[in-house]
Amino acid sequence: MKKNNYHRVIQLLKRESVADVFISFVAVVAALLVGAVIVYISGSSPYEAYKALYEGAFGSTYDFCQTLTRTTPLIFTGLTVAFAFRCGLFNIGGEGQLYIGGMTAAIVGISFTGLPLYIHLPLAVAAGAAAGGAWALVPSVLKARVGAHEVITTIMMNYIGILLCSYLANYPFKAEGWIAQTNVVEPSAQLPRLVASTQLSAAIFLALACVVLTYYILYKTTLGYEIRAVGLNPDAAEYGGISVQKSIVLALVISGMLAGLGGAGEVLGLHKRFIFGFSPGYGFDGIAVAVLGRNHPVGVVLGALLFGALRNGGMVMKQMTNVPTDLVVAIQGIVILFVAAPEMFRIFRRIKKGGIKNAF
Amino acid sequence: MYAVEMRHITKRFPGVLANDDITFSVLKGEIHALLGENGAGKTTLMNILYGLYKQDSGDIYLNGQKVDITEPNDAIRLGIGMIHQHFMLIPPFTVAENVVLGIEPEKNLLLDREKAIKDVEEISQKYGLIVDPKAKIQDVSVGIGQRVEILKALYRGAEILILDEPTAVLTPQEVEELFKIMRSLKEEGKTIIFITHKLKEPMATCNRITVLRKGTLVGTVDTGKTDISQLAKMMVGREVIMEVEKPPHQPGEPVMTVKELEAYNDLGIKALRGVNLILRKGEILGIAGVEGNGQLELVETLTGLRKASAGKILIHGEEMTNHSARNIIEAGVSHIPEDRRKRGLILDFSLAENLILGSHFKAPFSHGFQMDYDSVYDYAGDLVDAFDIRTTGIHSQVKYLSGGNMQKVIVARELGREPDIIIASQPTRGLDVGAIEYIHQKILEMRNGNKAVLLVSADLDEILSLADRIAVIYEGKIVGERDPRTVTEEELGLLMAGGSA
Repeated sequence: MKKNNYHRVIQLLKRESVADVFISFVAVVAALLVGAVIVYISGSSPYEAYKALYEGAFGSTYDFCQTLTRTTPLIFTGLTVAFAFRCGLFNIGGEGQLYIGGMTAAIVGISFTGLPLYIHLPLAVAAGAAAGGAWALVPSVLKARVGAHEVITTIMMNYIGILLCSYLANYPFKAEGWIAQTNVVEPSAQLPRLVASTQLSAAIFLALACVVLTYYILYKTTLGYEIRAVGLNPDAAEYGGISVQKSIVLALVISGMLAGLGGAGEVLGLHKRFIFGFSPGYGFDGIAVAVLGRNHPVGVVLGALLFGALRNGGMVMKQMTNVPTDLVVAIQGIVILFVAAPEMFRIFRRIKKGGIKNAF
Repeated sequence: MYAVEMRHITKRFPGVLANDDITFSVLKGEIHALLGENGAGKTTLMNILYGLYKQDSGDIYLNGQKVDITEPNDAIRLGIGMIHQHFMLIPPFTVAENVVLGIEPEKNLLLDREKAIKDVEEISQKYGLIVDPKAKIQDVSVGIGQRVEILKALYRGAEILILDEPTAVLTPQEVEELFKIMRSLKEEGKTIIFITHKLKEPMATCNRITVLRKGTLVGTVDTGKTDISQLAKMMVGREVIMEVEKPPHQPGEPVMTVKELEAYNDLGIKALRGVNLILRKGEILGIAGVEGNGQLELVETLTGLRKASAGKILIHGEEMTNHSARNIIEAGVSHIPEDRRKRGLILDFSLAENLILGSHFKAPFSHGFQMDYDSVYDYAGDLVDAFDIRTTGIHSQVKYLSGGNMQKVIVARELGREPDIIIASQPTRGLDVGAIEYIHQKILEMRNGNKAVLLVSADLDEILSLADRIAVIYEGKIVGERDPRTVTEEELGLLMAGGSA
C-alpha cells in the first residue's frame, strides 16, 4: 500500500511537470511587470495601481467573496476548454453552451412550481448541464462522422445558441419591463447565497465538485484513459482498440455539459434569472484560463482565481487610481502570450536554423 | 592528401554527448564507410560536415584548408553534397526539373527545359546514373529517386558525396546498382562517405571503414584487413551472435486464413489485389517485398485498422473480416506496427500507460468504468523486468526512451498479452544490433511456444534467418512462396521486383 501511494505521488509530479508550473508562474510575474510599465508610462503609479488591485480583490471578506463570484464561471469554462483539449479538441463553443445551459436552467427554474428544493434545484442544474451537452453534441457528431473541424462548428453553434437565447429572453420568456430577461426562478431552484450581502453563491461548490469530477474522469477512469490517448495520438489509440469517434463525442459532450453547468450556476446562483448578456465572454475567457492552467483541473482553478481577482480588483483599481480596467484585459493577454512564448521561441529558433519549412 | 579531415569534433545535445572528440579523415577518391549502431553519432557527424549542425568544438579541413561551415549553402559551395534517407524531391516535377531546382538554367526569364534535360543527360551518362529526365518523380521507383538525389548533388558540383543509409529502402538488385554507381563515381575522382549500420555493405564497396560507438571513435580499418565479425565487435563492443539458432519447425493447424483480400490505401488506390495466406501454429511466415507493395495495408486490414473492400479473414476458423481492432485484439492477435512512434506508442503517455494500451479496458486494469492503476503499475513493473526495458521508471514518458527501448515496450506489451497470433511489421527497423538480436530471439520464442507469427520485413536477411516459409508480396499480391532453406537472395530479389523466378 505504501508503495502505491509513492507511485501516485511520483505520477502526479511527473504529469504536472515542474516546468509547466514554472512557465505559468513566470508568465504571470512577467505580465504583471509589463503591466506595471504600461501604468507607469500612462502616468500613474504602478505601486498604487497594484495595491488597489490587490485590495479590491482580496482586501476584505466582501472583496474576496466577490472575487470568488467572478472566479466561479471561469472555473466552469476553463474546465470546458481543458477537458475537450485533453481529447485534442478545441471547444470554442463554451460561450454558446453557457448561454443555452443558463437559459434551460432558468426555464426549468421558472416553469415548475411547488417542487421541493431537493428536487427542483438538482433538476434545473441537470437541465442546464444536459442543454450544454446537447449544444456540443452537434459539433462532436459532425467531427466524428465527417471530420468537420470543431473550431468552425462550435463557433457557428455559438451564434445559434446566443441568438436563440436572445429570442427566448425577448419574446416567450420575457419578464415585464424593457430588459431582455426572464422572470426570477422559483426559490426552490435557487442556489443559496453563502455569505450575507455578497453575491457568492453555492455555485462555487458546484464548480469545485466539477474540478474533482473532471480530474477523476481524466485520470482514474477507463473513459479518461481513452480520451487522453485519443488526444495525444489518435492513430495509436485506434491501434489500441479505442473508438476514436466515440471518445471525441463523449469528450465534447462532457465539455459542453461543464459549460452548461457554468451557465446554470450563474443563472440559479448569481442572477436568479436569465439576463441576456449575463456573460461578458466567460466562454472565451475559459480558453485563457485553460491555457494558463495547462489544461489541468487544478491549474484551471488557479487560472480562474487569477483572472477572477484581476476582473474584480480591476474595478476597485479604476475607482481608486483612474487606471482603466482595460489594463486587466491587457495583463490577461500578456499572460497568455508569455505562457505560449516558450513554444514560440522554439519555433523561432528552428526558423533561424533551418528555414520556415523545418520550423514546425 | 585528405579530402576531408574532421579533427576533435565534439557535439553535445541536451543530455547526450553525440560526438565526443571524434577525429576522422577521408582520402580523396575513396569510398569510406561510417559504420555504427543507431545513436552512435554517424549522422550527427555528417550533419556537422554538411552544415546542418554546428560543432561545439573541433575543426574541419577540406583538402588541407581549414573551413568554416555554418549552413548547408557553405557545404554546397565547398563541393559537399548529402543524400538524406528521406528524399527531398517534388513528386509532380520531372527528374530534370528536380535536379536543376534552385539553380535553373534560364532563357527569357523562363526555365530552359531543353538545357535542363541536356545537362541532366550529360551528367547521367558521365557517371552511369541512368535516368529518364522527362519522367515525373511520382512515377519512378525509390531507387531512381535516389539517383535523382545524387544527380542533384553532382549538378551542384559536389566532389564529396555523403550518403546517409542509402540502402535501407532498396531491393537487393537496386543495392547492387547503387554500389556500381558508387564505384563509377569513385573512378571519376569523387569522394564518397557512406553511412550504414549494416556490416556486409561496407565490406563489398568501401576502401576503409570508420566505426563509431556511442558518440566515440572506435577506429578506422582497411576493408582488406578486417572481417565482419571484427567489425561487429567494434560496433557493439562485444562478441555478437550473427546466426539465430532455430530448432526444426512443426507447423500445426491454421489459425489465420486470408482469402482474396482486397483493400485500398490512403490515397484511394487499390493496394491489396487478392491476397491469399494461411498462417499456422508454431511457424513464422515471412512476407518479403519492397516497401510500398501493400505490406502496410495488409497488416492494417488484418488487425482491424483498415477496411477490406473484398475477401475474407478467418481467425481460429471464425470470420473476422472488418471487425474492430478491439475484437481482433480480443481474438488473440497481437500487432507490432511498423511505425512505432505514430502507431505503436503514445509518446506523451508514461511507460505504464503504454504497456496496457489494448488491454486497458479489461480486468485487472479496468473494472468497467474505473481504472485500477495499482495493478497497472504492478504489471508494468513486471514487464519492465521481464523484457529488460532500460528506463528511469514506469512513470517516465516513453518519448524519452531510445528507439530500441521504445520497440521493447511495444514487444513487451504485445507479447506480454500472451497472444496466439503475432503480426510483426518491420520489428527491427532502425534498431541496433543488440536490440535486433533480442527481438529476434523473442519472436523465435513465440514460434517455439507454438504461436503463429506473421513477419513482414523489408530486410531480406531478417526474413531469411527467421522465417519458416517466405511469401513475396508485389503490387498487392502474393507472387510466390519459397522455402528459406533453399531459396537464393537473387531469386527473392527477382520476385520482389515483379519478375517471375
